[in-house]
Amino acid sequence: MATGTEPHLKKGTAPGGVRHGTRAAITAAHLRTDRWWLQPAATAAGLFAFVVYSTWRAFANADYYEAPYVSPFYSPCIAENCEPMKNGPNWEIFGSWWGLSPALLILIFPLGFRLTCYYYRKAYYRGFWASPPACAVAEPHATYTGETRFPLILQNIHRYFFYAAVPVAGILTYDTVLAFRDEHYAWGHMGLGTLVFLVNIVLIWAYTLSCHSCRHIVGGKLKHFSKHPVRYRMWRWVGWLNGRHMLLAWASLISVALADFYVYLIASGAFDDPRLF
Amino acid sequence: MAQVERQQWDVVVVGAGGAGLRAAIEAREQGARTAVICKSLFGKAHTVMAEGGIAASMGNVNSGDNWQVHFRDTLRGGKFLNQWRMAELHAREAPDRVWELETWGALFDRTKDGRISQRNFGGHEYPRLAHVGDRTGLELIRTLQQKIVALQQEDEREFGDHEARLKVFQECTVTRVLKDGERVSGAFCYERESGRFFVVEAPSVVLATGGIGKSFKVTSNSWEYTGDGHALALLAGAPLLNMEFVQFHPTGMVWPPSVKGILVTESVRGDGGVLRNSDGKRFMFDYIPDVFKEKYAESEQEGDRWYEDPDNNRRPPELLPRDEVARAINAEVKAGRGSPHGGVFLDVSTRMPADVIRRRLPSMYHQFKELADVDITAEAMEVGPTCHYVMGGIAVESDTAAARGVPGLFAAGEVAGGMHGSNRLGGNSLSDLLVFGRRAGLYAARYAAESATAPVVDEALVDAAAAEALRPFSAEGPEAGAAPENPYTLHQELQQTMNDLVGIIRREGEMAEALDKLAELRQRARRAGVEGHRQFNPGWHLALDLRNMLLVSECVARAALERTESRGGHTREDHPGMSRDWRRVNLLCALADPTGGLAATDPARGQIALTRVTTDPIRPDLLALFDKEELVKYLAEEELYE
Amino acid sequence: MSTSTTSGTDSDSGTGGGGSAYDARFRVWRGDVEGGDLKDFTVRVNEGEVVLDIIHRLQATQAPDLAVRWNCKAGKCGSCSAEINGRPRLMCMTRMSVFAREDVITVTPLRAFPVVRDLVTDVGFNYTKAREVPAFVPPKDLGPGEYRMMQEDVDRSQEFRKCIECFLCQDTCHVVRDHEENKTAFAGPRFLMRVAELDMHPLDAAADTGLDRKATAQEEHGLGYCNITKCCTEVCPEGIHITDNALIPLKERAVDRKYDPLVWLGNKIRRRPT
Repeated sequence: MATGTEPHLKKGTAPGGVRHGTRAAITAAHLRTDRWWLQPAATAAGLFAFVVYSTWRAFANADYYEAPYVSPFYSPCIAENCEPMKNGPNWEIFGSWWGLSPALLILIFPLGFRLTCYYYRKAYYRGFWASPPACAVAEPHATYTGETRFPLILQNIHRYFFYAAVPVAGILTYDTVLAFRDEHYAWGHMGLGTLVFLVNIVLIWAYTLSCHSCRHIVGGKLKHFSKHPVRYRMWRWVGWLNGRHMLLAWASLISVALADFYVYLIASGAFDDPRLF
Repeated sequence: MAQVERQQWDVVVVGAGGAGLRAAIEAREQGARTAVICKSLFGKAHTVMAEGGIAASMGNVNSGDNWQVHFRDTLRGGKFLNQWRMAELHAREAPDRVWELETWGALFDRTKDGRISQRNFGGHEYPRLAHVGDRTGLELIRTLQQKIVALQQEDEREFGDHEARLKVFQECTVTRVLKDGERVSGAFCYERESGRFFVVEAPSVVLATGGIGKSFKVTSNSWEYTGDGHALALLAGAPLLNMEFVQFHPTGMVWPPSVKGILVTESVRGDGGVLRNSDGKRFMFDYIPDVFKEKYAESEQEGDRWYEDPDNNRRPPELLPRDEVARAINAEVKAGRGSPHGGVFLDVSTRMPADVIRRRLPSMYHQFKELADVDITAEAMEVGPTCHYVMGGIAVESDTAAARGVPGLFAAGEVAGGMHGSNRLGGNSLSDLLVFGRRAGLYAARYAAESATAPVVDEALVDAAAAEALRPFSAEGPEAGAAPENPYTLHQELQQTMNDLVGIIRREGEMAEALDKLAELRQRARRAGVEGHRQFNPGWHLALDLRNMLLVSECVARAALERTESRGGHTREDHPGMSRDWRRVNLLCALADPTGGLAATDPARGQIALTRVTTDPIRPDLLALFDKEELVKYLAEEELYE
Repeated sequence: MSTSTTSGTDSDSGTGGGGSAYDARFRVWRGDVEGGDLKDFTVRVNEGEVVLDIIHRLQATQAPDLAVRWNCKAGKCGSCSAEINGRPRLMCMTRMSVFAREDVITVTPLRAFPVVRDLVTDVGFNYTKAREVPAFVPPKDLGPGEYRMMQEDVDRSQEFRKCIECFLCQDTCHVVRDHEENKTAFAGPRFLMRVAELDMHPLDAAADTGLDRKATAQEEHGLGYCNITKCCTEVCPEGIHITDNALIPLKERAVDRKYDPLVWLGNKIRRRPT
């Protein structure tokens, strides 16, 4: 009623969404006339393609190193069964008992980072889980608890994956520096691969730093920016990147796959790295 | 007649804009059980549309400012017709009212040292308007709304009921203020959603219903502005004051037609925007009236320097009071130097970088982008006058906001008259709401507490009010069986009439014609009928609002015809000069037949009777704030020697 | 009930930049809680008009009792929220020029709230939720006029205070739109944003009273239900970055309180009874 402010939670009415008994009687789940399905479909397709590709490459345990390039999927390489990379990021932290692909040991960090990323969450909740498929399009689930319970409550640990993503990005930076060596480990080389690595690492860093948790940590948690001018400036800078988080998420996802594929091409001998100098 | 639900409260506030909410907060804090009745949803009142700011002489930006300067500006703006005691209270109390908002959570834009920033505005000598970008009204209403919620949370903790001492009846309309003998006894209301009638019984009723703009075709006002409070007061026997003074804001949008009248904030000019005609000329330099000659820049160069160095330069004439600017625009358009759609150009694009415009005038940027497809950072806006505010209103006691002649009735905000004289300065409205909203709430609560016996609401009055409200459902045409009048058509004709005949420039013949037309509309309005049932029926609501609009329109037309001079928001083509003799004259409108309902009044002859009253002399210490040379322009000889 | 009001024919010649009027086909939901239907109308459209103008024309010419809420008609009050072609929007800010002339334009009430009549819904849910957020707590040691706040410290909360309470975000949020039963536990984007606004207010002294807005955002206002799918941000007519600037920062603040062992340990030490 107009004078009150109580919500109309009629006792005994079945839970429901837009077809709930008190709402306007419209049978259609939605009345959108635009191609609302395009975006979730494209998102799902893109993510699916990456999952297929990265699964294949992660389990392949082959064609991931060709001096001076190491695939970002396999860096750092921390099992005994890694290919030797001179001065490269391979440390035998894991002993000889590890028999699977060494990529699996390290990929869980970037995977966890991206899986709990606020952008990717939106993307896969919409694209894969249809929760919701698009705005004002009814979702197909009878109940919904969001991120209040296990396992989705674990999304709250995103910042720890961010902490882990920083050294991973550091190591990939190191890889990129090493890519200025030639196949005989002599410095002063640059190939097309180096360029691919450079682009990749810039995007990886941009994506990592544009993270919402990062934005919170560098300054977002503060109540008074005026008392922390340096952190305020950093917060604004991260905020600028954060505004492009989706773009960077996709760009870095594609670039990391391309960098890996590039290494695969030259490691498998399908392609010869053109030398720039 | 079916039994109508009754509730008992100490104070009933009609209207939930700035004044109403401020009154309700005050009454509740004084211990009165307070009910707020509003036509819209809580928090949607027309106050949200106020853009520029709240005028208060805090002196944060220029320490030379104080209440005396503010008072002086207000009187100059109102051409000395203001109820001077109100202007004094307003200027003195406005800073406290603004600071108080901060303690309730308001977040104004800040100065470099962390105080409330203040901006320049037309007619104000110093930067004085506390603001939040160009959405100050929204901040004000939200702050008051949230303060009310805070008080309700207190009640919930104390009594387990949010609405124990303060309740908002949203989407309800009051159609009659009820009386027990001479004094107020309550209000008759209907719930828009269900059409159900109910009565709130209370010794004090505060009217805070805003203005009358919906009687005009081109207006910046929302649908709510149908003069309800003005009409309720008239019908309850309280007179209206200065109804001829209607402010036409100089800058409303003129294109496209569907947005014609929507406001373009004065901050555009306060922050550096200039007005140009189709020749590209800054024409305002040609329109500085004699009384303001010393206060305004004579050249574009001086005006431009003022933004940076206000102490050594005079302000540009774009910042003259609104009535002057509106008349100037009107004259330019008439002289054939208007813009393609019948306005003039208001340009910020050549005055400020695009990012500054977007930051300082965000809602103007969006308004033009989205409604007119105009990028104000790249091209000039087209603007023209739009009906914005009524200076006239319920005649009230300055200190208590009590309506004259009806014990228990109070009024605050736009619905109250007197404060702004013949023309309101921008920014003085929001401060008016706060200052007099608080005072109305305070004195209404006191009056209620002092009432020894509760007033009685007579069943017959309730039945009469219910019958009046239901009449549109049984309306018939002039011959039995003929179709009733369409309220929407009547409304459109009324708006056209007021706009064309009692608009910004007025002529005797046209106003007489308007009165004839109003008489005809009044007769037809009695036959206004509606389809459907009582549940959320806008046609019915409009049919009921027509009574109010017709009443206040007649007040405006009659008073405007009577006042044979031009002053502030009242411009007579046939009497272009300001007359010192008229300065002390106030015109009061009252019902021609105070005994009966409207039915008793001859529809053709008119419902409003005018009386002239002479105002109290201005207190000498206040007069001493002005130079003698300035006073002689306004005051009659005998006033100067008193 | 399909009627044509206008006597004039479609005068559009197809040239002249669309400066002329035309007849548009509208489907408007009419009914109440007992039931209702989409009704067809043909109605005149003039240049520069918005959907609300057309609804008003319907009222004035064909359906005088068509219930609709509106106030300012300038996108400042947030009253005329509805769903146009299935998308939550303000009718006053939806220009007819975004549609093709042959489009059928469907207008329905908000579908997350109980319907009252025609395009009017009961938005009481939002007012209930507003009351559940504890109000601003003024600092004890500062009187009126003594508040000093830097612009950079108020910027964030000011963005949220641009909210016109049109409740489009509340309407589109699938947490309550698709799951009526969540209305008790979930405050919705608008009021979670209110919590963020207060938590970021430079002088809010809630902490001094023992109120931890960061923790209550999750424990009492249902922040965990939000799965940051950003529809609130998408529909916001004020362009407030609800998700990125309010909800996610609030989630991170809740993490500070509840899932960060270092912060938790620090608090334990600091809160040791004295």
